[in-house]
Amino acid sequence: MRVSLVIGAMLSAVFVSLAAVSLLWLPYDITVLDIAGRLHPPSASHWLGTDHFGRDMVAMLMAGARTSIAVALVAVGIGIVFGVPLGLVAAAYRGTWLDEAIMRGNDLVFAFPSLVIAILITAVFGASAVNAILAIGIFNIPVFARVARGGALPLWTLDYILAARVAGKGRARISAEHILPNIANLLIVQGTIQFSLGILAEAALSYVGLGAQPPMASWGRMLADAQTMIYTEPQLAILPGMAIVLMVLGLNLMGDGLRDALDPRLRKAGM
Amino acid sequence: MIRALGRRALSLLLALIAASVVIFVMLQAVPGDPAAFMLGMNASEDAVAALRAELGLEGPLVVRYLAWISGMLGGDFGTSYTYRVPVAELVSERIVVSAPLAVMALVLSTVIAIPVGLIAAARRGGVADWGIMGGTQLGIAVPNFWFAMILVLVFAVKLRWVSAGGFPGWDAGLWPGVRALLLPAIALALPQASILARVLRSALLDTLDQDYIRTARAKGLSRRATVVRHALRNAMIPVLTILGLQFSFLLAGAIIIENVFFLPGLGRLIFQGITQRDLIVVQSVTMLLVFAVILVTFLVDLAYTFADPRLRRR
Repeated sequence: MRVSLVIGAMLSAVFVSLAAVSLLWLPYDITVLDIAGRLHPPSASHWLGTDHFGRDMVAMLMAGARTSIAVALVAVGIGIVFGVPLGLVAAAYRGTWLDEAIMRGNDLVFAFPSLVIAILITAVFGASAVNAILAIGIFNIPVFARVARGGALPLWTLDYILAARVAGKGRARISAEHILPNIANLLIVQGTIQFSLGILAEAALSYVGLGAQPPMASWGRMLADAQTMIYTEPQLAILPGMAIVLMVLGLNLMGDGLRDALDPRLRKAGM
Repeated sequence: MIRALGRRALSLLLALIAASVVIFVMLQAVPGDPAAFMLGMNASEDAVAALRAELGLEGPLVVRYLAWISGMLGGDFGTSYTYRVPVAELVSERIVVSAPLAVMALVLSTVIAIPVGLIAAARRGGVADWGIMGGTQLGIAVPNFWFAMILVLVFAVKLRWVSAGGFPGWDAGLWPGVRALLLPAIALALPQASILARVLRSALLDTLDQDYIRTARAKGLSRRATVVRHALRNAMIPVLTILGLQFSFLLAGAIIIENVFFLPGLGRLIFQGITQRDLIVVQSVTMLLVFAVILVTFLVDLAYTFADPRLRRR
């Protein structure tokens, strides 16, 4: 299904470029409150209207995209940087105490209900975007460790790895030079999935007030603010939600499409 | 078999111990003294010290940890700083909201997912399959708390069929209680149902390719009977696994959804505990939730090991 790859990549690209543009330019300053201009309906000057503080909704959504993507991206980065080496080591020393220790540690983190612990982490160490990143990122580590180990294990039995070993290369070097490039596909697909889960988790955390703090804009935060006004100003709740749905949908479609494209064996299942 | 069981039980125990240590240590790191917080700014040092002793905040870390854990094991979850009642009492008041909500969501998602997954697998590649796959893709992308808000907007604000939130209590009767939990349960069930339906579809497609299915068809069993009697039963193993794994997301989702609907459940109890620095409430309720999740994961693991002999060796 290449269609899903194209649609997903296009949706994701739209949000990523909106977030990138927001780093340099926003249509309006979102730190300036304009109570007189609050709750404007869409118009030529404010395409999607203004919120209860008179902030432009387009600017808020763009800045929200920036926060979501930054949080999710760094959280995935944490997972890859710590998880992949762990998985590679476990695979290289398969069956030893090292492998066992890494995998048991993994199972332990997996056993925790991630969002509950994330709520706890941000509650204890204070609500902020950084703590949200850490809370989401920690639970990405075992995911990538498992994927890396699972992808690496069958490779270690192949002839060219054996040849490399005979040639005197160490396990670490083989992992870096031969194993890693061959499991990159798997990691990219998993990265896309974790990225979309990160966006959802960030939205949930900031919705309950434990993520990004004002004046930082965040889609989850916007939803929380809009909730009390849902009777009179439903569009304030609908727009950020749509942004989350489209972004996550785009990433999921892209992940599925990438998996199909990179691994023809999975095409049949279509999951 | 016995050995495998023992190993799993051991890892369950280890996970629980690790979880309790992590939760305990983390809450020790909370800035601010709950005793000082409770007594206000003008409290004397003696009063604060006395209250600290009363709350069990004095003494070495290890001793306090062991006191907490042995209390939990005996059903004593500590005493809430703000409510001045046993945490166990608060939990039993709130769990009658959270548990039915989680069960309703679980039942709803299964009831929706099984026919949807079956239809998609049976009509593989057809219009229905495409529609279902697209719909479930959307269902996964929708944050449940946002979906909850949209449900409120449509059914409470526009149509006025149900109230927008709150809980009348079970004393008001079964139906008013169920009605108050209906929208939250639907909001929780949608993403779960989408994931389950997709897992079921792909598991069914896998089993339908197997030789024993061809055998069943060859001996004259109808298509429908083959799917229901042979394929569905085997496809339920991955579905059960996912159902168990999803339990943790369901709980976490419930915590957040309770805030959307102002439901007096365990989730709101945790958030109130956080804002009021009522740490013992946060600590004990979180531990209970983690315990529930770890236990469910363990039971599911056990269930399919039991159901599928091929998995027993591992």
